[in-house]
Amino acid sequence: MKDQEVELFDMEVRLLIEAVYLRYHYDFRNYAVSSLRRRMRHAMMRFGCERPSDLQHRLLHEPDVFAQALQYFTVQVSEMFRDPGYFLALRQQVLPVLGTYPSIKLWVAGCSTGEEVWSLAILLAEEGLLERSLIYATDINPESLKLAEAGAFALDRIAGFSRNYVAAGGKRSLSDYYTGAYQGVVFDRGLKKRIVFADHSLATDSVFSEVNLVSCRNVLIYFNRGLQDRAVGLFRDALVPRGFLGLGSKESLQFGMHAHDFELCVPAQRLYRKVVA
Amino acid sequence: MNGHLDLRHDVDAIVIGGSAGGVQALHALLAQLPADFPVPVLVVLHLPRDRPSQIADLLATHCALPVREAIDKMPLEQGVVFAPPDYHLLVEDESSLALSMDEPVLFSRPAIDPLFVSAAAVFSRRLLAILLTGASADGSEGVAAVRRAGGTVWIQQPDDAVASFMPAAALAHAGAEAVLTLKDLCERMAAA
Ligand SMILES: C[S@@+](CC[C@H](N)C(=O)[O-])C[C@H]1O[C@@H](n2cnc3c(N)ncnc32)[C@H](O)[C@@H]1O
Repeated sequence: MKDQEVELFDMEVRLLIEAVYLRYHYDFRNYAVSSLRRRMRHAMMRFGCERPSDLQHRLLHEPDVFAQALQYFTVQVSEMFRDPGYFLALRQQVLPVLGTYPSIKLWVAGCSTGEEVWSLAILLAEEGLLERSLIYATDINPESLKLAEAGAFALDRIAGFSRNYVAAGGKRSLSDYYTGAYQGVVFDRGLKKRIVFADHSLATDSVFSEVNLVSCRNVLIYFNRGLQDRAVGLFRDALVPRGFLGLGSKESLQFGMHAHDFELCVPAQRLYRKVVA
Repeated sequence: MNGHLDLRHDVDAIVIGGSAGGVQALHALLAQLPADFPVPVLVVLHLPRDRPSQIADLLATHCALPVREAIDKMPLEQGVVFAPPDYHLLVEDESSLALSMDEPVLFSRPAIDPLFVSAAAVFSRRLLAILLTGASADGSEGVAAVRRAGGTVWIQQPDDAVASFMPAAALAHAGAEAVLTLKDLCERMAAA
Protein backbone atom coordinates (compact mmCIF):
# COMPACT_ATOMS: atom_id res chain seq x y z
CA MET A 1 0.00 0.00 0.00
CA LYS A 2 3.01 2.25 0.57
CA ASP A 3 3.71 4.95 -1.89
CA GLN A 4 6.99 4.49 -3.80
CA GLU A 5 8.64 7.63 -2.53
CA VAL A 6 8.00 6.56 1.07
CA GLU A 7 9.16 3.04 0.34
CA LEU A 8 12.47 4.28 -1.00
CA PHE A 9 12.94 6.67 1.90
CA ASP A 10 12.27 3.88 4.41
CA MET A 11 14.69 1.59 2.61
CA GLU A 12 17.44 4.19 2.81
CA VAL A 13 16.70 4.85 6.48
CA ARG A 14 16.99 1.14 7.21
CA LEU A 15 20.34 0.95 5.48
CA LEU A 16 21.56 4.03 7.35
CA ILE A 17 20.49 2.54 10.69
CA GLU A 18 22.27 -0.70 9.81
CA ALA A 19 25.41 1.25 8.88
CA VAL A 20 25.32 3.16 12.16
CA TYR A 21 24.96 -0.12 14.02
CA LEU A 22 27.90 -1.75 12.26
CA ARG A 23 30.15 1.29 12.48
CA TYR A 24 29.29 2.75 15.91
CA HIS A 25 27.30 0.00 17.69
CA TYR A 26 24.35 2.25 18.36
CA ASP A 27 21.27 0.17 17.73
CA PHE A 28 18.26 2.07 16.37
CA ARG A 29 16.99 -0.94 14.42
CA ASN A 30 13.92 -1.42 16.57
CA TYR A 31 12.91 2.15 17.10
CA ALA A 32 9.41 3.31 16.14
CA VAL A 33 9.55 4.09 12.41
CA SER A 34 7.14 7.00 12.60
CA SER A 35 9.46 9.07 14.77
CA LEU A 36 12.62 7.71 13.14
CA ARG A 37 11.44 9.17 9.85
CA ARG A 38 11.00 12.53 11.58
CA ARG A 39 14.41 12.34 13.26
CA MET A 40 16.07 11.46 9.97
CA ARG A 41 14.47 14.37 8.16
CA HIS A 42 15.71 16.72 10.86
CA ALA A 43 19.22 15.32 10.69
CA MET A 44 19.25 15.48 6.88
CA MET A 45 18.21 19.10 7.02
CA ARG A 46 20.86 19.91 9.62
CA PHE A 47 23.65 18.36 7.56
CA GLY A 48 22.37 19.57 4.21
CA CYS A 49 21.74 16.07 2.88
CA GLU A 50 19.23 15.48 0.13
CA ARG A 51 18.66 11.80 0.91
CA PRO A 52 19.17 9.44 3.86
CA SER A 53 21.80 7.68 1.74
CA ASP A 54 23.79 10.92 1.51
CA LEU A 55 23.68 11.22 5.27
CA GLN A 56 24.69 7.58 5.59
CA HIS A 57 27.81 8.27 3.56
CA ARG A 58 28.83 11.13 5.81
CA LEU A 59 28.07 9.20 8.99
CA LEU A 60 30.23 6.30 7.88
CA HIS A 61 33.20 8.43 7.01
CA GLU A 62 33.05 11.28 9.53
CA PRO A 63 32.83 10.18 13.18
CA ASP A 64 32.31 13.73 14.40
CA VAL A 65 29.31 14.08 12.13
CA PHE A 66 27.94 10.95 13.79
CA ALA A 67 28.48 12.48 17.25
CA GLN A 68 26.48 15.51 16.20
CA ALA A 69 23.84 13.48 14.38
CA LEU A 70 23.22 11.47 17.53
CA GLN A 71 21.70 14.62 19.00
CA TYR A 72 19.14 14.45 16.20
CA PHE A 73 18.53 10.71 16.30
CA THR A 74 17.43 10.88 19.92
CA VAL A 75 14.96 13.29 21.50
CA GLN A 76 16.41 15.01 24.56
CA VAL A 77 13.45 17.14 25.68
CA SER A 78 13.03 17.06 29.46
CA GLU A 79 11.95 19.19 32.38
CA MET A 80 12.37 19.14 36.17
CA PHE A 81 9.36 17.66 37.97
CA ARG A 82 7.67 17.15 34.60
CA ASP A 83 4.07 16.06 35.29
CA PRO A 84 4.15 17.20 38.94
CA GLY A 85 1.45 14.65 39.80
CA TYR A 86 3.93 11.86 39.09
CA PHE A 87 6.47 13.24 41.54
CA LEU A 88 3.75 13.91 44.10
CA ALA A 89 2.66 10.27 43.84
CA LEU A 90 6.28 9.14 44.24
CA ARG A 91 6.57 11.32 47.32
CA GLN A 92 3.29 10.28 48.91
CA GLN A 93 2.83 6.68 47.83
CA VAL A 94 6.15 5.20 46.78
CA LEU A 95 8.87 6.71 48.97
CA PRO A 96 7.09 5.78 52.23
CA VAL A 97 7.28 2.14 51.10
CA LEU A 98 10.90 2.41 49.95
CA GLY A 99 11.73 4.07 53.28
CA THR A 100 11.11 0.78 55.04
CA TYR A 101 14.19 -0.72 53.34
CA PRO A 102 17.65 -0.25 54.86
CA SER A 103 19.02 0.87 51.51
CA ILE A 104 17.32 1.96 48.32
CA LYS A 105 18.42 1.66 44.72
CA LEU A 106 16.72 3.63 41.96
CA TRP A 107 17.25 3.58 38.21
CA VAL A 108 16.38 6.48 35.94
CA ALA A 109 16.55 4.88 32.48
CA GLY A 110 16.90 7.39 29.63
CA CYS A 111 17.78 10.28 31.94
CA SER A 112 18.60 12.66 29.07
CA THR A 113 20.09 15.93 30.37
CA GLY A 114 19.34 15.09 34.01
CA GLU A 115 16.19 17.03 34.89
CA GLU A 116 14.37 13.93 36.08
CA VAL A 117 17.21 12.52 38.16
CA TRP A 118 17.97 15.82 39.91
CA SER A 119 14.25 16.10 40.69
CA LEU A 120 14.30 12.63 42.19
CA ALA A 121 17.38 13.45 44.30
CA ILE A 122 15.60 16.51 45.73
CA LEU A 123 12.55 14.40 46.50
CA LEU A 124 14.68 11.80 48.32
CA ALA A 125 16.52 14.53 50.24
CA GLU A 126 13.26 16.09 51.41
CA GLU A 127 11.92 12.73 52.54
CA GLY A 128 15.13 12.06 54.44
CA LEU A 129 16.11 9.12 52.24
CA LEU A 130 18.91 10.43 50.07
CA GLU A 131 21.73 9.23 52.32
CA ARG A 132 20.42 5.67 52.08
CA SER A 133 19.84 5.83 48.34
CA LEU A 134 21.83 5.08 45.24
CA ILE A 135 20.48 6.38 41.93
CA TYR A 136 21.65 5.03 38.59
CA ALA A 137 21.06 7.53 35.82
CA THR A 138 21.60 6.02 32.40
CA ASP A 139 21.35 7.09 28.79
CA ILE A 140 22.92 6.34 25.40
CA ASN A 141 23.72 9.95 24.60
CA PRO A 142 27.17 10.94 25.93
CA GLU A 143 26.54 14.66 25.44
CA SER A 144 23.38 14.44 27.53
CA LEU A 145 25.07 12.41 30.25
CA LYS A 146 27.77 15.08 30.51
CA LEU A 147 25.15 17.81 30.89
CA ALA A 148 23.17 15.69 33.34
CA GLU A 149 26.22 15.24 35.50
CA ALA A 150 26.98 18.97 35.49
CA GLY A 151 23.50 19.71 36.86
CA ALA A 152 23.52 23.13 35.22
CA PHE A 153 20.39 24.56 33.63
CA ALA A 154 19.61 27.74 31.75
CA LEU A 155 18.11 30.58 33.74
CA ASP A 156 15.00 30.91 31.60
CA ARG A 157 13.91 27.37 32.49
CA ILE A 158 14.00 27.86 36.26
CA ALA A 159 10.62 29.58 36.66
CA GLY A 160 8.87 26.60 35.04
CA PHE A 161 10.89 24.13 37.11
CA SER A 162 9.94 26.01 40.31
CA ARG A 163 6.27 25.94 39.43
CA ASN A 164 6.45 22.19 38.84
CA TYR A 165 8.39 21.71 42.08
CA VAL A 166 5.68 23.45 44.10
CA ALA A 167 2.94 21.45 42.35
CA ALA A 168 4.91 18.28 43.13
CA GLY A 169 4.61 18.99 46.84
CA GLY A 170 8.02 20.69 47.23
CA LYS A 171 8.70 21.45 50.87
CA ARG A 172 11.10 24.35 50.47
CA SER A 173 11.99 26.68 47.67
CA LEU A 174 13.69 25.23 44.61
CA SER A 175 16.26 28.03 44.94
CA ASP A 176 17.53 26.37 48.13
CA TYR A 177 19.05 23.71 45.89
CA TYR A 178 20.96 25.77 43.35
CA THR A 179 23.34 28.66 43.07
CA GLY A 180 23.37 31.16 40.26
CA ALA A 181 26.19 30.83 37.82
CA TYR A 182 27.09 32.43 34.55
CA GLN A 183 23.85 32.49 32.51
CA GLY A 184 22.29 29.72 34.55
CA VAL A 185 22.08 27.84 37.79
CA VAL A 186 24.04 24.91 39.15
CA PHE A 187 22.43 22.40 41.47
CA ASP A 188 23.95 21.51 44.82
CA ARG A 189 26.81 18.99 44.54
CA GLY A 190 25.56 17.34 47.72
CA LEU A 191 22.57 16.00 45.80
CA LYS A 192 24.89 14.32 43.35
CA LYS A 193 26.84 12.28 45.87
CA ARG A 194 24.33 9.45 45.55
CA ILE A 195 23.95 9.53 41.75
CA VAL A 196 25.93 7.36 39.35
CA PHE A 197 25.77 8.45 35.72
CA ALA A 198 26.42 5.73 33.18
CA ASP A 199 26.18 4.85 29.52
CA HIS A 200 23.62 2.07 29.13
CA SER A 201 21.39 1.12 26.24
CA LEU A 202 18.00 -0.46 26.73
CA ALA A 203 18.41 -1.88 23.22
CA THR A 204 21.70 -3.73 23.64
CA ASP A 205 22.81 -3.86 27.30
CA SER A 206 21.61 -6.07 30.12
CA VAL A 207 20.60 -5.70 33.75
CA PHE A 208 23.42 -4.34 35.92
CA SER A 209 21.93 -4.21 39.42
CA GLU A 210 18.94 -5.04 41.52
CA VAL A 211 16.75 -1.96 42.11
CA ASN A 212 13.66 -0.91 44.06
CA LEU A 213 12.36 1.63 41.56
CA VAL A 214 12.75 2.17 37.83
CA SER A 215 11.67 5.48 36.38
CA CYS A 216 11.64 5.35 32.59
CA ARG A 217 9.63 8.20 31.19
CA ASN A 218 9.14 9.16 27.56
CA VAL A 219 11.80 6.78 26.35
CA LEU A 220 9.68 3.77 25.40
CA ILE A 221 7.58 5.91 23.04
CA TYR A 222 10.55 5.95 20.65
CA PHE A 223 10.74 2.14 20.55
CA ASN A 224 8.68 -0.31 18.54
CA ARG A 225 6.73 -2.92 20.46
CA GLY A 226 9.44 -5.57 20.29
CA LEU A 227 12.05 -3.24 21.75
CA GLN A 228 9.57 -2.01 24.36
CA ASP A 229 9.15 -5.63 25.42
CA ARG A 230 12.92 -6.01 25.71
CA ALA A 231 13.25 -2.88 27.85
CA VAL A 232 10.33 -3.73 30.13
CA GLY A 233 11.80 -7.24 30.49
CA LEU A 234 15.02 -5.64 31.75
CA PHE A 235 13.06 -3.57 34.25
CA ARG A 236 11.22 -6.64 35.48
CA ASP A 237 14.47 -8.55 35.90
CA ALA A 238 16.17 -5.64 37.67
CA LEU A 239 13.32 -4.95 40.08
CA VAL A 240 13.02 -6.59 43.49
CA PRO A 241 9.70 -8.37 44.13
CA ARG A 242 7.03 -5.68 44.56
CA GLY A 243 9.44 -3.10 43.10
CA PHE A 244 8.06 0.02 41.41
CA LEU A 245 8.08 1.04 37.76
CA GLY A 246 7.10 4.55 36.64
CA LEU A 247 6.37 5.41 33.00
CA GLY A 248 5.55 8.60 31.12
CA SER A 249 1.99 9.88 31.41
CA LYS A 250 0.94 8.57 27.97
CA GLU A 251 2.81 5.27 28.13
CA SER A 252 1.26 1.97 29.14
CA LEU A 253 2.28 -1.65 29.64
CA GLN A 254 -1.11 -2.89 28.44
CA PHE A 255 -0.10 -3.38 24.80
CA GLY A 256 3.11 -5.26 25.59
CA MET A 257 4.03 -8.83 26.49
CA HIS A 258 4.92 -8.09 30.12
CA ALA A 259 1.57 -6.59 31.08
CA HIS A 260 0.94 -9.44 33.51
CA ASP A 261 4.23 -9.06 35.32
CA PHE A 262 3.07 -5.74 36.72
CA GLU A 263 0.01 -4.23 38.34
CA LEU A 264 -0.98 -0.58 38.30
CA CYS A 265 -0.59 1.00 41.71
CA VAL A 266 -1.25 4.66 40.84
CA PRO A 267 -3.14 4.42 37.53
CA ALA A 268 -3.37 8.16 36.85
CA GLN A 269 0.42 8.51 37.14
CA ARG A 270 1.38 5.31 35.33
CA LEU A 271 3.06 3.85 38.40
CA TYR A 272 3.25 0.06 38.44
CA ARG A 273 4.45 -2.60 40.86
CA LYS A 274 6.05 -5.85 39.91
CA VAL A 275 3.84 -8.76 40.89
CA VAL A 276 5.35 -11.73 42.66
CA ALA A 277 5.17 -14.75 40.41
CA MET B 1 -13.17 10.82 -8.70
CA ASN B 2 -12.18 12.26 -5.34
CA GLY B 3 -15.35 14.25 -5.30
CA HIS B 4 -17.16 11.01 -4.55
CA LEU B 5 -15.15 9.33 -1.93
CA ASP B 6 -16.91 6.46 -0.18
CA LEU B 7 -15.68 7.03 3.35
CA ARG B 8 -16.49 3.50 4.47
CA HIS B 9 -14.65 1.71 1.70
CA ASP B 10 -12.15 4.00 0.04
CA VAL B 11 -10.14 5.09 3.06
CA ASP B 12 -8.40 3.29 5.96
CA ALA B 13 -8.09 6.37 8.17
CA ILE B 14 -9.23 9.95 8.47
CA VAL B 15 -6.96 12.60 9.98
CA ILE B 16 -8.30 15.97 11.06
CA GLY B 17 -6.43 19.12 12.09
CA GLY B 18 -7.82 22.26 13.67
CA SER B 19 -6.63 25.28 15.58
CA ALA B 20 -8.37 28.55 16.52
CA GLY B 21 -12.12 27.93 16.32
CA GLY B 22 -11.46 24.23 15.93
CA VAL B 23 -13.37 23.02 18.98
CA GLN B 24 -16.73 24.18 17.64
CA ALA B 25 -15.99 22.96 14.12
CA LEU B 26 -14.95 19.53 15.39
CA HIS B 27 -17.94 19.40 17.61
CA ALA B 28 -20.19 19.84 14.59
CA LEU B 29 -18.22 17.40 12.45
CA LEU B 30 -17.88 14.53 14.90
CA ALA B 31 -21.55 14.75 15.86
CA GLN B 32 -22.40 13.63 12.29
CA LEU B 33 -20.51 10.36 12.33
CA PRO B 34 -22.75 7.31 12.67
CA ALA B 35 -22.13 4.91 15.56
CA ASP B 36 -21.06 2.11 13.21
CA PHE B 37 -18.55 4.19 11.24
CA PRO B 38 -15.68 1.72 10.88
CA VAL B 39 -12.77 3.97 9.93
CA PRO B 40 -10.48 5.36 12.68
CA VAL B 41 -10.54 9.15 13.00
CA LEU B 42 -7.39 10.83 14.37
CA VAL B 43 -7.46 14.41 15.52
CA VAL B 44 -4.92 17.10 16.36
CA LEU B 45 -6.35 20.21 17.90
CA HIS B 46 -4.12 23.04 19.09
CA LEU B 47 -4.96 23.95 22.66
CA PRO B 48 -3.28 26.24 25.14
CA ARG B 49 -0.73 24.16 27.06
CA ASP B 50 -2.11 25.00 30.50
CA ARG B 51 -5.59 23.72 29.63
CA PRO B 52 -5.90 20.14 30.75
CA SER B 53 -7.01 17.50 28.33
CA GLN B 54 -10.75 17.50 28.81
CA ILE B 55 -11.37 17.98 25.14
CA ALA B 56 -11.92 14.28 24.45
CA ASP B 57 -14.54 14.11 27.22
CA LEU B 58 -16.18 17.28 25.99
CA LEU B 59 -16.54 16.03 22.43
CA ALA B 60 -17.49 12.51 23.48
CA THR B 61 -20.85 13.73 24.72
CA HIS B 62 -21.90 14.65 21.18
CA CYS B 63 -20.32 11.85 19.24
CA ALA B 64 -21.86 8.42 18.70
CA LEU B 65 -18.39 6.87 18.44
CA PRO B 66 -15.97 6.30 21.31
CA VAL B 67 -13.70 9.34 21.76
CA ARG B 68 -10.35 8.77 23.47
CA GLU B 69 -7.02 10.41 24.07
CA ALA B 70 -4.06 8.59 22.51
CA ILE B 71 -1.73 6.35 24.48
CA ASP B 72 1.55 5.23 22.95
CA LYS B 73 1.26 2.13 20.66
CA MET B 74 -2.49 2.07 21.06
CA PRO B 75 -4.14 -0.09 18.40
CA LEU B 76 -5.68 1.81 15.53
CA GLU B 77 -9.35 0.94 15.66
CA GLN B 78 -12.84 2.26 15.18
CA GLY B 79 -13.53 5.52 17.00
CA VAL B 80 -12.05 8.97 17.45
CA VAL B 81 -8.60 9.49 18.96
CA PHE B 82 -7.18 12.84 20.05
CA ALA B 83 -3.52 13.80 20.40
CA PRO B 84 -2.73 14.30 24.10
CA PRO B 85 -1.48 17.70 25.24
CA ASP B 86 2.27 18.16 24.79
CA TYR B 87 2.85 15.13 22.54
CA HIS B 88 2.88 14.77 18.78
CA LEU B 89 0.54 12.04 17.57
CA LEU B 90 1.91 9.77 14.85
CA VAL B 91 0.66 6.81 12.86
CA GLU B 92 3.19 4.02 13.43
CA ASP B 93 1.78 1.41 11.03
CA GLU B 94 -1.56 0.13 9.71
CA SER B 95 -2.52 -1.08 13.14
CA SER B 96 -1.01 1.24 15.75
CA LEU B 97 -0.29 4.80 16.84
CA ALA B 98 2.80 6.31 18.44
CA LEU B 99 3.62 9.45 20.38
CA SER B 100 6.64 11.71 20.40
CA MET B 101 7.65 14.67 22.51
CA ASP B 102 10.17 16.14 20.15
CA GLU B 103 10.29 19.86 19.51
CA PRO B 104 7.07 21.78 18.79
CA VAL B 105 6.25 22.49 15.14
CA LEU B 106 5.43 26.16 14.54
CA PHE B 107 5.08 26.57 18.32
CA SER B 108 2.58 23.72 18.62
CA ARG B 109 2.80 20.34 20.28
CA PRO B 110 0.74 18.46 19.30
CA ALA B 111 1.05 19.69 15.73
CA ILE B 112 -0.93 18.77 12.63
CA ASP B 113 1.99 18.28 10.24
CA PRO B 114 3.53 15.29 12.06
CA LEU B 115 0.18 13.48 12.18
CA PHE B 116 -0.61 14.11 8.51
CA VAL B 117 2.91 13.29 7.31
CA SER B 118 3.09 10.05 9.30
CA ALA B 119 -0.39 8.99 8.21
CA ALA B 120 0.45 9.68 4.56
CA ALA B 121 3.51 7.45 4.83
CA VAL B 122 1.40 4.55 6.09
CA PHE B 123 -1.88 4.90 4.19
CA SER B 124 -0.87 6.81 1.04
CA ARG B 125 -3.93 6.71 -1.28
CA ARG B 126 -6.27 5.34 1.34
CA LEU B 127 -6.18 8.42 3.55
CA LEU B 128 -8.50 11.38 3.93
CA ALA B 129 -7.12 14.51 5.58
CA ILE B 130 -9.38 17.34 6.68
CA LEU B 131 -7.97 20.74 7.63
CA LEU B 132 -10.24 23.09 9.53
CA THR B 133 -10.15 26.62 10.84
CA GLY B 134 -6.98 28.03 12.42
CA ALA B 135 -4.55 30.91 12.71
CA SER B 136 -1.34 28.95 12.25
CA ALA B 137 0.63 27.71 9.24
CA ASP B 138 0.66 24.21 10.74
CA GLY B 139 -0.99 21.68 8.44
CA SER B 140 0.44 23.00 5.16
CA GLU B 141 3.35 20.55 5.04
CA GLY B 142 1.02 17.78 6.12
CA VAL B 143 -1.48 18.52 3.38
CA ALA B 144 1.34 18.54 0.84
CA ALA B 145 2.57 15.14 2.06
CA VAL B 146 -0.91 13.60 1.92
CA ARG B 147 -1.45 14.79 -1.62
CA ARG B 148 2.02 13.71 -2.72
CA ALA B 149 1.27 10.21 -1.48
CA GLY B 150 -1.99 10.14 -3.44
CA GLY B 151 -4.37 10.73 -0.52
CA THR B 152 -7.39 13.02 -0.47
CA VAL B 153 -7.48 16.44 1.19
CA TRP B 154 -10.55 18.44 2.11
CA ILE B 155 -9.97 21.95 3.38
CA GLN B 156 -12.48 24.18 5.06
CA GLN B 157 -13.27 27.14 2.84
CA PRO B 158 -11.21 30.00 4.36
CA ASP B 159 -14.03 32.57 4.43
CA ASP B 160 -16.29 30.02 6.11
CA ALA B 161 -13.70 29.42 8.86
CA VAL B 162 -13.56 31.28 12.18
CA ALA B 163 -9.86 31.80 11.46
CA SER B 164 -9.01 31.71 7.78
CA PHE B 165 -5.21 31.74 7.94
CA MET B 166 -4.56 28.02 8.33
CA PRO B 167 -6.86 26.73 5.59
CA ALA B 168 -5.78 29.55 3.27
CA ALA B 169 -2.08 28.87 3.89
CA ALA B 170 -2.50 25.14 3.19
CA LEU B 171 -4.49 25.82 0.05
CA ALA B 172 -1.86 28.21 -1.26
CA HIS B 173 0.95 25.81 -0.37
CA ALA B 174 -0.46 22.52 -1.59
CA GLY B 175 -4.05 22.79 -2.83
CA ALA B 176 -6.81 20.30 -2.06
CA GLU B 177 -9.21 17.81 -3.65
CA ALA B 178 -12.11 19.84 -2.27
CA VAL B 179 -12.66 23.18 -0.52
CA LEU B 180 -15.83 22.98 1.53
CA THR B 181 -17.88 24.90 4.04
CA LEU B 182 -18.31 23.37 7.48
CA LYS B 183 -21.87 22.61 6.51
CA ASP B 184 -20.75 20.67 3.44
CA LEU B 185 -18.14 18.83 5.46
CA CYS B 186 -20.81 17.87 7.95
CA GLU B 187 -23.07 16.61 5.21
CA ARG B 188 -20.32 14.43 3.83
CA MET B 189 -19.70 13.01 7.28
CA ALA B 190 -23.38 12.37 7.85
CA ALA B 191 -23.61 10.51 4.55
CA ALA B 192 -20.76 8.20 5.56
C1 LIG C 1 12.62 12.47 25.78
S1 LIG C 1 14.02 11.97 26.69
C2 LIG C 1 13.31 11.56 28.28
C3 LIG C 1 13.86 12.40 29.38
C4 LIG C 1 13.23 12.18 30.74
N1 LIG C 1 13.15 10.79 31.11
C5 LIG C 1 11.87 12.84 30.83
O1 LIG C 1 10.84 12.17 30.75
O2 LIG C 1 11.82 14.06 30.97
C6 LIG C 1 14.42 10.40 25.96
C7 LIG C 1 15.82 9.88 26.32
O3 LIG C 1 15.92 8.49 26.00
C8 LIG C 1 17.25 8.23 25.60
N2 LIG C 1 17.32 6.96 24.88
C9 LIG C 1 16.99 6.72 23.59
N3 LIG C 1 17.27 5.43 23.28
C10 LIG C 1 17.75 4.85 24.40
C11 LIG C 1 18.21 3.54 24.71
N4 LIG C 1 18.24 2.57 23.77
N5 LIG C 1 18.65 3.29 25.96
C12 LIG C 1 18.63 4.26 26.91
N6 LIG C 1 18.21 5.52 26.67
C13 LIG C 1 17.78 5.81 25.43
C14 LIG C 1 17.57 9.44 24.74
O4 LIG C 1 18.96 9.59 24.55
C15 LIG C 1 16.93 10.57 25.55
O5 LIG C 1 17.85 11.13 26.42
